[in-house]
Amino acid sequence: MLRFLLRRLMVAIPTLFVVITVAFFMMRAAPGNPFDLDRKLPPEIEANVKKKFHMDEPVVVQYGRYLAGISHGDFGPSLKYQDKSVLQVLKENYRVSLTLGLSAIIFASIIGVTLGILAALRQNGALDYGVMAIAILGVCISTFVTAPLLQLVFGSKLGWLPIAGWDNGAVKNLVMPVIVLSLPQIAIISRLTRAGMIEVLHSNYVRTARAKGLPEHRIVTRHALRAAILPLVSYLGPACAGLLTGSLVVEKIFSLPGLGKFFVISALQRDYTVVMGMVIIYATLILCLNLAADLLYAALDPRVRVT
Amino acid sequence: MTAYSLNPNPLSGRRDQLVEGAAVKGRSLWDDARRRLMRNRAAVTSMVVLIVLVTAAIVGPYLTPYSYEEINKNDVWLPPLANGHLLGTDSLGRDLLARLLIGLRVSLAIGIVATSVSLVVGVIWGATAGYIGGAVDEVMMRIVDVLYSLPFIFFVILLMVTFGTNIVLIFVAIGAVEWLTMSRIVRGQTLSLKQKEFIEAARANGLDRGAIVRRHIVPNLLGPVVVYVTLTIPAIILAESFLSFLGLGVQPPMASLGTLIANGAQDMELAPWLLIFPSVTMVATLMCFNFIGDGLRDAIDPKDR
Repeated sequence: MLRFLLRRLMVAIPTLFVVITVAFFMMRAAPGNPFDLDRKLPPEIEANVKKKFHMDEPVVVQYGRYLAGISHGDFGPSLKYQDKSVLQVLKENYRVSLTLGLSAIIFASIIGVTLGILAALRQNGALDYGVMAIAILGVCISTFVTAPLLQLVFGSKLGWLPIAGWDNGAVKNLVMPVIVLSLPQIAIISRLTRAGMIEVLHSNYVRTARAKGLPEHRIVTRHALRAAILPLVSYLGPACAGLLTGSLVVEKIFSLPGLGKFFVISALQRDYTVVMGMVIIYATLILCLNLAADLLYAALDPRVRVT
Repeated sequence: MTAYSLNPNPLSGRRDQLVEGAAVKGRSLWDDARRRLMRNRAAVTSMVVLIVLVTAAIVGPYLTPYSYEEINKNDVWLPPLANGHLLGTDSLGRDLLARLLIGLRVSLAIGIVATSVSLVVGVIWGATAGYIGGAVDEVMMRIVDVLYSLPFIFFVILLMVTFGTNIVLIFVAIGAVEWLTMSRIVRGQTLSLKQKEFIEAARANGLDRGAIVRRHIVPNLLGPVVVYVTLTIPAIILAESFLSFLGLGVQPPMASLGTLIANGAQDMELAPWLLIFPSVTMVATLMCFNFIGDGLRDAIDPKDR
């Protein structure tokens, strides 16, 4: 187990390093710079500002300086938000995305797995077709169709929920964004669970469990579910990374101050350090969650040996 | 099989078999798959609907009485069926039907072109990595990992600020991301194909690596790849809509399903038809692709049913 972890980390760390390098040079290769304002700065001031952020040095030197910084956790100062470090800026914006993302993942997993199991138990029954219809619709109706429709119905027509805004994370403001974010996930999760469950329910060990006379609910929850959610585990890793780093569309439609929108603004303003910070967080999340998924996979399936 | 070893002349048995087989006329795997696909009602209906949609997207824009960019200040916010505008008009008095048809055309074109790009790159990359294996495989797959770990929107914004927004760029950005999954699927399939006897036989016959990949590996990848393609097209149409929705995609007066929905959402209380018709069109298109993809998967790989 430990060897597996170490070996995976040995691969993950160089990967992260290459991601940082590629992102750094791509960012610098793009035209424009953070001090390209509508109102041109006097050349002396611009030179001074650049000097302050070491942007007068050759790019390679800046790159070395940046790597040295992040190797001990210093992501540098933000180039746009004065007197704030990247970590401070990200911390201020992280809460919204974290709250939304986590709620959506948990909500979608609970609903999706439940629907998937029910559909599999009643394969080809009315319930099964209902769930599969939801699953197909959930994949095809994108968030920017469901979001305005929900706003129209529950926000302006019925007036039950606020149309948009964050309001310090009030539950009322969270309901619609979380539902909109969850719907496509529910669709995929229920499909994966159903497919896995159907396969497992036909396997020999489930037949053995039935032959022993175990009650159906025990067979499903104790024996079948473990193996049935395996495909789900490998799906959820990257999906979580996507949700946790903010969903642009939902943030935009519901005017939420989340990371996704913030990332776009920072990239457009060439706030190099903030963008790099976000890229690093995203890449680290993807790599870690994939690793976690593999470990969980091994824990759930005794046939998989991690060595 | 054991009968052969007892038979003094093993080839005679084989010959009889061949002659018999010719008389019965065997069904190939693809015949079987087509038969199963044709029995799948959802898939067949989807194919018919999709053909209608594609035809409408190709021919439609030439037949509408109004052009998609014609601004008419006297006819703004017309509801459907008013004044000869079948689906109504938008805030600039442009005919929604004309815009919808052109938008459908743009979205379908982006979906198909970007999928083809990701198909070619993904299949070549995955098949090469999987077949050669070893260090080459390791390096090629690490490159895929790196690209996977960069946020999609990061590519798009950098491309946009470097080259400005245009449609070709959207193809490139979406294609750059979509081939990754394709290459992973293809590599996995290649790894398992490599162990099969017929590859061994080809190698024994002295075929070189390139020819084996081209003639034996790639044709046998077709099944899973076809399925994945039908699921990639809707994914790309969605991705394009997201970009357009965020203002990073197709630029006005051109339209795509994404821009139409985005504009419709802004005015949904005043003119709900501007949101409803594009949304319905997009959902119908995506559903068709998904049903066909599912049908193909069931047809080609019957053990999944």
